[in-house]
Amino acid sequence: SWSTPFFSGKHRNVQDSGPKVCIVGGGPAGFYTAQHLLKARDDMVVDVYERLPVPFGLVRFGVAPDHPEVKNVINTFTQTAQHERCYFYGNVNVGTDVSVEELRKAYHAVVLSYGAEANRSMRVSGEGLAGVFSARDFVGWYNGLPSNKELQPHLNCETVVILGQGNVALDVARILLSPLDLLKKTDITQHALDTLAASRVRRVLIVGRRGPLQIACTIKEVREMINLPDTAADMLPADFESISEALKDLPRPRKRLTELMMKTVKTESGQHKANKSWGFRFLRSPLEVLPGPDGKRVAGIRLAVNKLEGSGEDAKAVPTGQTEDLECGMVISSIGYKSLPIDPCVPFDPRSAIVPNNMGRVKDTAGLYCSGWVKRGPTGVIATTMNDSFDTARMLLKDMDSGMLNLSVNKPGGQEITALLKERGVRAVSFPEWEKINLEEVRRGTAVGKPREKFLDVKDMLAVAWS
Amino acid sequence: MGYSEAVSQLSSLTVNQTGSRALLFYVVCVCVCVCVCVFSSSGCKVLLHFVNQSGMKTSVSAMEGESLLEVVINKNLQIDGFGACEGTLACSTCHLIFEDGVYEKMEPMADEEMDMLDLAYGLTKLSRLGCQVTVERWMDGMTVRVPQEVKDRREKPEAEI
Repeated sequence: SWSTPFFSGKHRNVQDSGPKVCIVGGGPAGFYTAQHLLKARDDMVVDVYERLPVPFGLVRFGVAPDHPEVKNVINTFTQTAQHERCYFYGNVNVGTDVSVEELRKAYHAVVLSYGAEANRSMRVSGEGLAGVFSARDFVGWYNGLPSNKELQPHLNCETVVILGQGNVALDVARILLSPLDLLKKTDITQHALDTLAASRVRRVLIVGRRGPLQIACTIKEVREMINLPDTAADMLPADFESISEALKDLPRPRKRLTELMMKTVKTESGQHKANKSWGFRFLRSPLEVLPGPDGKRVAGIRLAVNKLEGSGEDAKAVPTGQTEDLECGMVISSIGYKSLPIDPCVPFDPRSAIVPNNMGRVKDTAGLYCSGWVKRGPTGVIATTMNDSFDTARMLLKDMDSGMLNLSVNKPGGQEITALLKERGVRAVSFPEWEKINLEEVRRGTAVGKPREKFLDVKDMLAVAWS
Repeated sequence: MGYSEAVSQLSSLTVNQTGSRALLFYVVCVCVCVCVCVFSSSGCKVLLHFVNQSGMKTSVSAMEGESLLEVVINKNLQIDGFGACEGTLACSTCHLIFEDGVYEKMEPMADEEMDMLDLAYGLTKLSRLGCQVTVERWMDGMTVRVPQEVKDRREKPEAEI
């Protein structure tokens, strides 16, 4: 029965006097932090709280469906969650179901690893028109994030303009232009497949404020665009004219990426026509999204033409006063995710949208730490978050060793929180219960030749978890 | 003749023949080793030294033909977060730094490896991805390391190339 706070298969000793740490967020930051803590001390208990019934955060909802190898980290997270001193509590919303203050009372330390669930806004007029989406929502839609289930993008236009040139922008472009034959073997959601099957999109422009030497995406993703079947690269040679001289002084990663883009410009001039195309457009910032005749749906975008001041990674885009209009039927803004404050008692810097901290220790709040995007900002790959989470864990362990965290007082940990949740009518999803959801998704996927068919509704997930 | 008879014969050799006895012993040992290497289906054992992020050195006996990622996993070496994508060239966490003389003797990198390696933390001119490097006999005795822990935010990781 669900009234017992002890999940079957693990013995929880209430007299346990070892350190108890609570982690808020069941994505890569949460799991890597947990992993490091558990390995460091054999008396450490770690509880991971996650708002959704399903774990793994952006590994499940952010990584592109055609990048399954990147999701292999799920195996190591699963091992961590199955550790005898680790407990997963899904379906618990920290901030509404339980407060951070209550967690701090129950545990020796609390680590905030809840990532960045919102997105930066373009802040231009017309942003609210039909056909304008954030990349975060679009990616959530094709990856089965429950809150993006009803997005219903219409792909009945020829041209899509993406603002931003990071890897997320390239993921979106690639999913829009990939052959359906490839996509239907991935864990992309069925409704996204149906929409893409009816898509008329033939051209995707990926627009950035600055120049080729500042582009934020990485070389593997650019290669994937170049290798898209029946798709030509549509670059403007003028964008690369002044670049060759700077090449020799660049560090190897930047140099290779720039050389690859330049090679694309040379190859594509005078090539036979492909049915589809993609291209980068540089030195352009959004000024206004332009509506069509009905005034409700996007028909184009007005861009400011920029010039660069300075060079290298720190170059700044400065408007020249000129503008340019691009016709398009959809605009996707991929200009960054953004963290939100979780609880009034937790300091939050609205300007940088992170929890103010010193190497993972939350400012002016003893016993509170942070790791991942909510600590450093929403950039970097999984490995970046991994290293960062290990750094926070090391800091926490150091504070335990030095006595800054008082371990001489026993803390009730999950036992107290589970009792609180029960009083409030909140039932958590345990890791074995997630594994039931997992099995069912895999079973449904296998039936249609996919690795899994994700549940799109929280209530369906819960029904399986608690069946 | 049986083993015990052979031993008593050897031990009955006179002092003048001790040098020959030692030489014979040496030759027999070498032959046995060569036989094991040549005829063993599991290949030669290669001695490798790994230095982890805290500077801790561990020496292991690896199998010829294994990837360095497999060595780290199989020997359970204490390297934080190694091989996140499980050898599928989708991350850079199996990043290893080699010695000068060793690096230049290795098979050159394919584009695919370099694409991911270029994202590695603490990249150096002697860096490779462990999942793409196979243990070979000539590597016997080599030392590989991972970038050292940055203990202080003011410290920079090794110079990027």
